[in-house]
Amino acid sequence: MGGLTIQQLEQKANDIRKSIITMLEEAGSGHSAGPLGLADIFAALYFDILNIRPDEPEWPERDVFFLSNGHTVPVQYAAMAEAGFFDKDELLTLRKFGSRLQGHPEREKLPGIESTSGPLGSGLSQAAGYAYALQHIDNVKHRFVYVVMGDGELNEGNIWEAAMFAGKYKLSQLIAFVDRNNIQIDGNTEDVMPLEDLRGKWESFGWHVLEVDGHNIESIVDAASMGRAISNRPTVIIAHTIPGKGVDFMEYDYKWHGTPPNSEQAKEALQKLRTLDGKIVHEGAGI
Amino acid sequence: MSHYPLNPSVFDDEVKLEPIRAGFGRGLKAAGESNEAVVALCADLTESTQMHLFKEAFPTRFVEIGVAEQNLVTVASGMARAGKIPFTSSYAAFSPGRNWEQIKTTAALNNQPVKIVGSHAGVSVGPDGATHQMLEDIALMRAIPNMVVIAPGDSVEAEKATKAIAENGKPSYVRLAREKTPIFSTDESPFEIGKAYVLREGKDVTLLGTGTMTYQLLVAAQLLAEQGLEAEVVHVPTIKPLDEDTILASVKKTGRVVSAEEAQVIGGFGGAIAELLSEKLPTPLRRVGIYDRFGESGAPTELLEYFGLTGSKIAESVQAFIATTAQYHQW
Repeated sequence: MGGLTIQQLEQKANDIRKSIITMLEEAGSGHSAGPLGLADIFAALYFDILNIRPDEPEWPERDVFFLSNGHTVPVQYAAMAEAGFFDKDELLTLRKFGSRLQGHPEREKLPGIESTSGPLGSGLSQAAGYAYALQHIDNVKHRFVYVVMGDGELNEGNIWEAAMFAGKYKLSQLIAFVDRNNIQIDGNTEDVMPLEDLRGKWESFGWHVLEVDGHNIESIVDAASMGRAISNRPTVIIAHTIPGKGVDFMEYDYKWHGTPPNSEQAKEALQKLRTLDGKIVHEGAGI
Repeated sequence: MSHYPLNPSVFDDEVKLEPIRAGFGRGLKAAGESNEAVVALCADLTESTQMHLFKEAFPTRFVEIGVAEQNLVTVASGMARAGKIPFTSSYAAFSPGRNWEQIKTTAALNNQPVKIVGSHAGVSVGPDGATHQMLEDIALMRAIPNMVVIAPGDSVEAEKATKAIAENGKPSYVRLAREKTPIFSTDESPFEIGKAYVLREGKDVTLLGTGTMTYQLLVAAQLLAEQGLEAEVVHVPTIKPLDEDTILASVKKTGRVVSAEEAQVIGGFGGAIAELLSEKLPTPLRRVGIYDRFGESGAPTELLEYFGLTGSKIAESVQAFIATTAQYHQW
């Protein structure tokens, strides 16, 4: 992809947020906070960072993207629809019987989903396995493997097994994002199971660590570019995000982790997103 | 019945013995030679699981994962997405013992051709004791949709089974034993995923064996013949998908069934046979295997004897079963 200005990417992120609210309200269940917090990262991924062809999901030269914390998939579906993988109307089928948009993503249901995920902790090792195949078996150097993980998910041992593996094999074609939003289901990550010193943990496993404001698209894009340039280590980008970002009454509140908006709340949320919280007088079009 | 060539010296005292896992080692190397997409991943047990043959032949396609079974199967899943055919190996107690959810989600639901090879299954692991004697793997694996489950009967068949799953395009589990096991098949004996084979014909009872137990059933059938009982021995290396036609055809003829496995009968091979019979052809069944308990330390032969898994012990069970059970489907 690529070719969009930062301002256009920000608009994409806003459109993705609107889609998230609309699809979650329609679904009547699902996760709000994580997907909203990830919207800027997904706008950056699907409209700048990833070398992909939405009309050819299995394009052999593509970059590969794994979503590890599958419960945030509404943001991926919204970004994919925005990018043209499928029609935006289909977003309204999220979580419904017969839909390709399962509550947690399934590879065989929807072209463009690289792997089935939901149970936490398994995405990083799959991405690492793919990167290992490219780098050490097939000797393909121009393709990159990206993965998004949640921070709560870093409680899982499988993540650190993968971190050790990627460090050992210097998987420089692997670029991981940690959505550092500080919340998980039972509360604040540092109360549930402390993750800090998070940077130090990754560094000690042999990773190149970058930290960005996860709502500053320019720095997200720059960090990914820096990650691709690092040739002797895998890169992890710790993206500091605000859960529920863009909808003030959802922001920072872990109660929105696994809850969708009702119709009143959705209306209010869309109003805020359409007007950029009152900064724009004339509403833009919704989905 | 199509002819199944048995090893001519199968009943000799000097019958050739070989660990079933040795056949896996040879099969994997052969699969690697014929298909360069085959890769191998091991969790710090390369020689125990016989992956070293592949590693020596194809060093760049072998990946050491360390003692991390969750990572073992999930890295393999990612490699499968990249077009590889990954074989993973560890002791069955750890894979699928520890990483079942990852197998279910990232291999089976994801429908990737990840191969899970569980070595050292059953009580015949011996002195290591209950923690290392995997008895629940058949139940765990056959409950997963998309999963193929195979327990080869000897090393010759393990080699064929390994080559076969390299090409079946599906997530697959192969159960291997550690100890030297008598070789009852030959290079010419057929092996096809999903097929069961009649090794010996008989009219009084059907003996269904999987894995190491098939040899013991052949021995039991010899002993029963001396008592005037003609047992039909059916070898069922593929536990899933089950060869219902071959099994039911034999059961219709004999009207009595004994299943044998070196695993928990609850949910295991015996469980699979009970499900099949009760739905398709209700028939008295006796399940030989481990009955809802853990194993323990001991010499392999001692343990097989204790748990009633030797030919002579099985012959006794079958005799007692026949003595108290009517022959169905004969009216």
